[in-house]
Amino acid sequence: MSLLGDLAAKSHIGPADIDAFLRSHRFPLVEGRTVTFVFVGAADEVRLRHWIAGLPPSQIFTRFHDSPMWTLSIDIPEGSRVEYKLEIVRGTHHQLIQDPLNEELARDPYGANSVVFGAGYARPDWVGHDTEARLGEIQEQKLESAAFGDTRDVLVYVPARFRTTRRYPLLVVHDGPDYLKFASLRTVLDNLIHRLEVQPMVVALTGSPNRLVEYANDERHARFLVDELLPMMESRYPLLPQPAARGLMGASFGGVASLATAWRRPGVFGNLLLQSGSFVFTDIGPNDRGPVFDPVVRFMSEFRARPGRPADSAYVSCGTYEALIYYNRSIVPLLQSTGMHVRFTESRDGHNWENWRDRLREGLTTLFPGQLMMVYE
Amino acid sequence: MTHSRVVVLGPQRLQPTLSDAVASLGLRGRLAAVTAGWEEREAEDQELSAHLSGRTVNLALYERADGVFRYDTELHQATRARQDRIRRSQELYRVRLSHQLEAARELLRRETRPGYEGLVPPQVEGAISGLRALDDEHVQRIRSIHVEFEQRWKPFERESVALQRRELEATLADCAGLCIAGGNVGILLNRLRMFGVLDLLRGQPIFAWSAGAMVLTERIVLFHDFPPQGAGDPEVLEAGLGAVSGLVALPHADKRLALGDAARVSLFARRFAPDLCAALPARTRLDWHELRWSGESGARKLCADGSLAQVGA
Repeated sequence: MSLLGDLAAKSHIGPADIDAFLRSHRFPLVEGRTVTFVFVGAADEVRLRHWIAGLPPSQIFTRFHDSPMWTLSIDIPEGSRVEYKLEIVRGTHHQLIQDPLNEELARDPYGANSVVFGAGYARPDWVGHDTEARLGEIQEQKLESAAFGDTRDVLVYVPARFRTTRRYPLLVVHDGPDYLKFASLRTVLDNLIHRLEVQPMVVALTGSPNRLVEYANDERHARFLVDELLPMMESRYPLLPQPAARGLMGASFGGVASLATAWRRPGVFGNLLLQSGSFVFTDIGPNDRGPVFDPVVRFMSEFRARPGRPADSAYVSCGTYEALIYYNRSIVPLLQSTGMHVRFTESRDGHNWENWRDRLREGLTTLFPGQLMMVYE
Repeated sequence: MTHSRVVVLGPQRLQPTLSDAVASLGLRGRLAAVTAGWEEREAEDQELSAHLSGRTVNLALYERADGVFRYDTELHQATRARQDRIRRSQELYRVRLSHQLEAARELLRRETRPGYEGLVPPQVEGAISGLRALDDEHVQRIRSIHVEFEQRWKPFERESVALQRRELEATLADCAGLCIAGGNVGILLNRLRMFGVLDLLRGQPIFAWSAGAMVLTERIVLFHDFPPQGAGDPEVLEAGLGAVSGLVALPHADKRLALGDAARVSLFARRFAPDLCAALPARTRLDWHELRWSGESGARKLCADGSLAQVGA
């Protein structure tokens, strides 16, 4: 019997029973694949709001035995991460809140969501601070961009023990400041470099004031990266000159920007790390995602017709709870058909920063493997 | 020929024990240091020097090699060509190794399966013999590449190298011992070999840790059971410098090897038997003296039954 069933089996359920139940468990309750969300408080209706494609986006709780406790049990497969909020309805007032019974939060540029871990999910041990890892440094650079007609701020990660007498690979990251804030990219790089799992590398963390336009196959963006950012980085940092030692990385529209730049300017960046790319296309009829996706769909149509060979290697990842999973699955054989080496990973997660964080080790070690077997310090 | 006195230590970065080891042998005077495994950071030996109270003289093998290659471009090209051949040989060896290792692991998984009683052990023995033969073949193949290189290019007779060796010999003559730090095991091995550093010693003891310990053995084994990609197959790099005998040095084994996985430990120990497969975490010390090993603190060996035992037990 489930924990909730044990409580329900009591002949009489009083406030003390509810309090004891709440005190003695962590919430949501995870029992195998069954996850039970619990809310306690005054409400006319309580709903679970999540972003799992394929499930109704709003699911209604039921009141537990005329108590002030509301519950909802759903099936969450093993290894899942699910971000959510609770919608509390009181009269005509609807309020989205974080789950008061759950301290686990996942942050993003819009705030924070509650997060539940399915059975078997483990937060990777390389995303937190490792006291033995030497720390890299974040430097600030400014770049006058003729392509955009303005000045761009670029943060640059340089690895621990950086030396000008050595040459480093370069990774250019779209939405770089968000990767630092919400995907712990700096700590991840410190740890993976310390563990010798990825090469010590220089990482250019770029941002955009208008990403939905500039990242959607905007010619100016390719010009900015290839003709302005890359020469600037090469003039200020000791970088390896080969395309095989350069990479583009991005999530969502940042994935589109990475692929589109490599497609427009092949032979410059040898590696692509594409996370939950917004690679939306249509085989027939108009795009149903709104005008912001129109340039993406046009790009994908052109790319699918003439993919060329944008890079040598790609690591592609996407959550199975994302509506984008169909498009990401579709792009893998297309990339492979160009002769690229492609590795694709699906995860039981959604379109969010911690999903992208959790895939960084596999992506970075695929594209920039370190000298794990050769170095013993 | 092996060296008369070698002290193998655990990793030194966080818990250094080198000065105690040096003191235990009653050494006075300067100590030569090799930090070539640190590559372009070779000269950043301030911590090491401070730990030994400023007594170190860095032999600067990485820098010397760079100088030789700048001056003697013919030798540089020949060395690069040799290393390319070695790398490709290593790739080909790995192709065979991964299949043979997987076969051995699969057989071990069947050892306890009902109906297979008595049938599996001889198959496992055969699989391990095959692995040992493959490892030996690989060592011989790489050795022949080195022999061919040395016969053709005679590096010690070239002025570029001979000059450096004379300087090194003079420096070493004035030192009470040689300390070899870790780092990139391939780079370290090649620099020590390039200048024949061990042949320039006059019986002084050697202190070595991490990759430094690995290069002194007869056979260098690369290992990591938890790589982000691949199966983590232990592989032989090539013959080491042979300053010690009968040791497979496993620095950071506590972090790099699944020491709780009896099947993996057993396969490792049996494959490299009769060598002492020694886990060398921080603060460990193993002494090579009068052609035998003794363990003073903490060194454990991987055993054929999948367990770990104190060295000397």
